[in-house]
Amino acid sequence: MADEFEPNILGILCNWCTYAGADLAGTARTQYPPNVRVIRTMCTGRLDPAFVLKALSLGADGVLVSGCHIGDCHYLAGNFKARRRVALIRKLLEEYGYDRERLRMTFVSASEGALWAEVVQDMVNTIKKLGPNPLKQAGAAGQEGAIADEF
Amino acid sequence: MDQEKRIGVFVCHCGTNIAGVVNIPEIVEYTKTLPNVAFADAYTYVCSTPGQEMIINAIKEQNLNGVVVAACSPRLHEPTFRRATERGGVNQFLFSMANIREQNTWVHMEMPEEATRKAKDLIRMEVARASKLEPLEAKVVPVEKAALVIGAGIAGIQASLDLAASGIKTYLVEKEPSIGGNMSRLDKTFPTLDCSQCILTPKMVDVERSENIELMTYSEVEDVSGYIGNFDVTIRQKSRYVYEDKCNGCGKCQEVCPVSRPNEFDLGLQPRKAAYVPFPQAVPLKFTIDMDSCIKCDLCKADDACGELEAIDFDKPDEIVNVKVGTIIVATGFDMYDVERKEEWGYKVYDNVVTGLEFERLIGASGPTGGKVIRPSDGKQPKSVGFVLCAGSRDQDEEDGAKPYCSRVCCMYSLKHAHQLIEKIPGCVPYLFYMDIRSFGKAYEEFYYRIQDEGGKFIRGRVAKITEDPITKNLIVTAEDTLLGEIMEMEMDMVVLASAVVPTESTQKIKKLLTLSNSPDGWLLEAHPKLNPMSTTTDGVFLAGMCQGPRDIPDVVAHAGAAAAAASIPIHRGSVTLEPIYAIVDEERCGGCATCIGMCPYGATELTHVDSKLIAHVNEAKCKGCGTCGSACPSGAIKMQHFTNEQIMSEIEAFAQVW
Repeated sequence: MADEFEPNILGILCNWCTYAGADLAGTARTQYPPNVRVIRTMCTGRLDPAFVLKALSLGADGVLVSGCHIGDCHYLAGNFKARRRVALIRKLLEEYGYDRERLRMTFVSASEGALWAEVVQDMVNTIKKLGPNPLKQAGAAGQEGAIADEF
Repeated sequence: MDQEKRIGVFVCHCGTNIAGVVNIPEIVEYTKTLPNVAFADAYTYVCSTPGQEMIINAIKEQNLNGVVVAACSPRLHEPTFRRATERGGVNQFLFSMANIREQNTWVHMEMPEEATRKAKDLIRMEVARASKLEPLEAKVVPVEKAALVIGAGIAGIQASLDLAASGIKTYLVEKEPSIGGNMSRLDKTFPTLDCSQCILTPKMVDVERSENIELMTYSEVEDVSGYIGNFDVTIRQKSRYVYEDKCNGCGKCQEVCPVSRPNEFDLGLQPRKAAYVPFPQAVPLKFTIDMDSCIKCDLCKADDACGELEAIDFDKPDEIVNVKVGTIIVATGFDMYDVERKEEWGYKVYDNVVTGLEFERLIGASGPTGGKVIRPSDGKQPKSVGFVLCAGSRDQDEEDGAKPYCSRVCCMYSLKHAHQLIEKIPGCVPYLFYMDIRSFGKAYEEFYYRIQDEGGKFIRGRVAKITEDPITKNLIVTAEDTLLGEIMEMEMDMVVLASAVVPTESTQKIKKLLTLSNSPDGWLLEAHPKLNPMSTTTDGVFLAGMCQGPRDIPDVVAHAGAAAAAASIPIHRGSVTLEPIYAIVDEERCGGCATCIGMCPYGATELTHVDSKLIAHVNEAKCKGCGTCGSACPSGAIKMQHFTNEQIMSEIEAFAQVW
């Protein structure tokens, strides 16, 4: 157990849908892996690409962005813009040598607690397959000269 | 900001909800080692009065200038702790909350070590955020002294009457030509057997007479913008092709109209004309011309019809009306589940299989048969009638759109139908096929006993199949009697399917306009299922009646009253406090590239000239605080207050300190 790689995943969740859905998973006592640490924003539209790059450059093994379903955004279209950004950042990640699967965006509504548990489980499985952040493997995470300084 | 940060961290046991999983002393000791933490302690219930006193006292004694509470979800208790922080003398926006219950101990119950580690991480991240938080001033804005109610069934009617009675100007919008909703279709109401129309129509008339209610029937809400206290609503008043101020409801247009088509109000069981009112007690009693079926023969305009009243105008256009309101109540009601999808019951295949609502029209005094119960195939009085309860409710079959929930009204209305049959047709036997009889309300169980005594037959089991004798048109009902453990087959003259209630399609449109959410069952999501069932997550928008979930008339009326009371509070207070979570522009850094303009769905960002420089400006009143503009700004000039880059980055850095 102790030897198995346990990923450290950063979650960036919108307040209205996925954060509420994750709360619902709690209320329903739906169990899922403890690998995600969540930052709450009002909307996934708040997602600055720098957040993702900063997290990965500091050694995060994955970043999970999750918001309202397309068309259900509390702010009309923030999730739509986040989705476009995520698509671009995923391309950018490959330029940096990361697997694009280290960043994922999902859509979980306030009523989908069980889905949130599935999403986390799935993300953890994916990152476990990918292994630790390559920067960490190289011992460079967060060090001088790593891409952290740019963001 | 140069002042030394002194943050107090309060870890909540939440009884055993948190303390039963994680190691609280270890968490507190760890917290004390974090930068900027001047004080850390734990308490059984931090949200309790002594818990809040503990925060207030610590702020004073320890000279704190920031507060973090590690407890439940901020969606639950952030307002509580913000108030405590403010009472301690620290700006409420210097408070931050770590969610170590809903998103930790409740979801990692069997993993105490991992959950303890996660709690430490989450607290470290919140402390980092709290170190970067800035004091903000909440904004107080005036509230428009008017309300909007969407939907005029019994819920919308009750809510409007209550709002109007408390002196609030109320716009009541109904998409149908008359108010009354589904309740006006009912004959009697359980368990008291009051005539539905007799108790409803006085309220409908009150609506029309109320000075404070502006009734807009045959109208739909097209757009809503703004925020609590200041909503701008666009309403389309569809053309009736009749001037309401000229129509006196005489009905001569209807008499001469040669067109005949099924009346939607009677579920198509009897015809109406192209010039029509849905039912005789309609409010307002103004005729509507259904232009889809009108043949423009002009008979209705002739001298022996509308004549010199000149109320009819085939070219009358839709009207767009804009109103300003402070609060909104959604009361969009329900539809019936399309029970045709349950092929085994043969609805719309066999003439004598009808739905509960159709039976309501068949048995209703105002219905197509004048209240004489006859079966559709041959007009004969039925002597045996099967009632299939839970027709589409309490059913996990997703393929045919059935609903897992209990519709809460079908047991009782079927009992009432059984009673009415026994009363109207001597010798008629109602057979109720049930799973459980849910007679939970006041005087409901007694009503159930009464029907048993009157001769209603109860068979505990679901109906598996209905087939028809092609000659007699009688129905053969196959079911398992689970109490006897036997498969049984019975011949019935008629079968009534007590179909489930489902959310209306138009509710989905309203949901999008008001950015509401659905609960898993498809009904509108309330702010809290127990303690705030009439509010939503959109401030200033409330729910009344079935749109929030299945309930019967007494519960709808109570819910609507609660919604009206809740919606009247901001209006009577006269002002509301808005979160100061809006974006601001650093004019020095802004290059006027206008990237943010395209990002904002509310048109809150605009370009202005400051001196000779073109820069972006955020209209605080329009900004809702999503932060989409800030993340797109290439020069980092837009600051999303309370969710600044600095604050979020500090959380990310703290997150990464674990390895």
